[in-house]
Amino acid sequence: MKRSTRRRLTQGVLYAVFAAAVAFVLLSADWATIRAYFFNLDVAVGVFPEIVTIAAKNTVIYTAIAFVGGLLLGLLLALMKLSPVLPYRWFATAWIELFRGLPALLVIFGFAYAIPIAFQWRAPGGNAGAGLIALIIVSSAYIAETIRAGIEAVPKGQVEAARSLGMNGPWTMVTVTLPQAFRIITPPLTNELVILIKDTSLLFIAGMAIGDRELTTFSRDALTSTANATPLVVAALLYLIITLPLTQLVAKLERHNKRGR
Amino acid sequence: MIPVAHPASVPTRSAAVPAIEVRALCKSFGTNEVLKGIDFHVDHGEVVCVIGPSGSGKSTLLRCVNRLEEPTSGTVMVEGVDITDSETDLDGVRTRIGMVFQQFNLFPHLSVLKNLTLAQQRAKKRKKAEAVEVARRNLAKVGLAEKADAFPAQLSGGQQQRVAIARALSMDPDMMLFDEPTSALDPELVGDVLEVMKQLAREGMTMMVVTHEMGFAREVGDRVVFMDGGVVVEQGKPEDVLGNPQNERTKLFLSKVL
Repeated sequence: MKRSTRRRLTQGVLYAVFAAAVAFVLLSADWATIRAYFFNLDVAVGVFPEIVTIAAKNTVIYTAIAFVGGLLLGLLLALMKLSPVLPYRWFATAWIELFRGLPALLVIFGFAYAIPIAFQWRAPGGNAGAGLIALIIVSSAYIAETIRAGIEAVPKGQVEAARSLGMNGPWTMVTVTLPQAFRIITPPLTNELVILIKDTSLLFIAGMAIGDRELTTFSRDALTSTANATPLVVAALLYLIITLPLTQLVAKLERHNKRGR
Repeated sequence: MIPVAHPASVPTRSAAVPAIEVRALCKSFGTNEVLKGIDFHVDHGEVVCVIGPSGSGKSTLLRCVNRLEEPTSGTVMVEGVDITDSETDLDGVRTRIGMVFQQFNLFPHLSVLKNLTLAQQRAKKRKKAEAVEVARRNLAKVGLAEKADAFPAQLSGGQQQRVAIARALSMDPDMMLFDEPTSALDPELVGDVLEVMKQLAREGMTMMVVTHEMGFAREVGDRVVFMDGGVVVEQGKPEDVLGNPQNERTKLFLSKVL
């Protein structure tokens, strides 16, 4: 058999297998049930507008709070980890290793239930607030490592140039090192942000008040009350509506930043 | 003239105190002894070119002068101030020492103008308007007035190095250190940078230049210092050291580069 004939034959077989698999799924699916339980229009209309005005809004707000909080705390931890003061380095290392090593679900649970009982402490904002503090702490551990890597990726000559001009260490960090570090870590930070959007779904374990529910908690409750999976599908679409423009925006930012590199 | 006594901490420009005075300077990286007891000085208004094979310690010596490298032992005096003393205001001394790097080290995230104004505003506490005026004057001086709004990545290597020189000059330094300023440049771009340096020398700037440009050393240098193996082997007028070297190691080096 000629080489080109064999290649065409292989490709034909691959297409045929794919078409057969798709046909099998389409034919074997119970479309009436799927439509009734996953794409039920009446149920879908029923979750609006609250699924947007409360649930999606809360998801965005929680993500923003956890990201900004994680960024600030992560920056502090990264600077501590690079500090010449040994106890600071120990503390930052312990924090990062602890909260990267624990499941986020467990940390949220701990802050919502275990710590309030053990220390007679009420988080501001109730259980949602306690869960958010946990999310900030978890994201700070990941972001700290990202920022530290970014700082270390800035060429040594940059700091030398700034110091040789008489700029002190803190100013050099703020005006020379950090701006370049953040340009370098824009892609991994976006990753953190997208992961964080999805991690807000873990807040359900904290037991949210009605008005505090985010997308996952909200649609789980709707699933229970309607005995229908359509709210989950609506929530899934809303998650994509939030995450997709975000990744596009950051890709654009990245291209813009290339100018200064 | 009646001699005026200066307190030790106040920088002086009197001829009696050299701009740079290095005594018994040693520097080791781990077990690698790079500088083995260097005595070296640069007088005010003098242009001293330091030459030597790679690994001879000439860049390390230059970097010890503004303490980018921490000397292992010995003293480094800049305008009479001991910069190895932990009580010395190192940042303050550094504003008076301009430094130009082999790799330019411009800040890539800032425009050319911002590169020149940043340290003026942060380290010299100049107002923005003054800093911009000084920056534009120095950009014009290196022939790049029209590049103020460009970013470093948009410039050629030679232009970047001239911006780096303008950046150092914008601090109004008393002296300039050049660490192989033309070594990273394409050959056709070397001339512009050397021309700027010659102009500086003509204006009486105190300069310490680590270089492989023997032509520059001969033409512009008041003194040439030949280093090898972490020691100063030979120094003197350029025509003597380059034209009639006395030491065997100097002869060997020059026979390879000239």
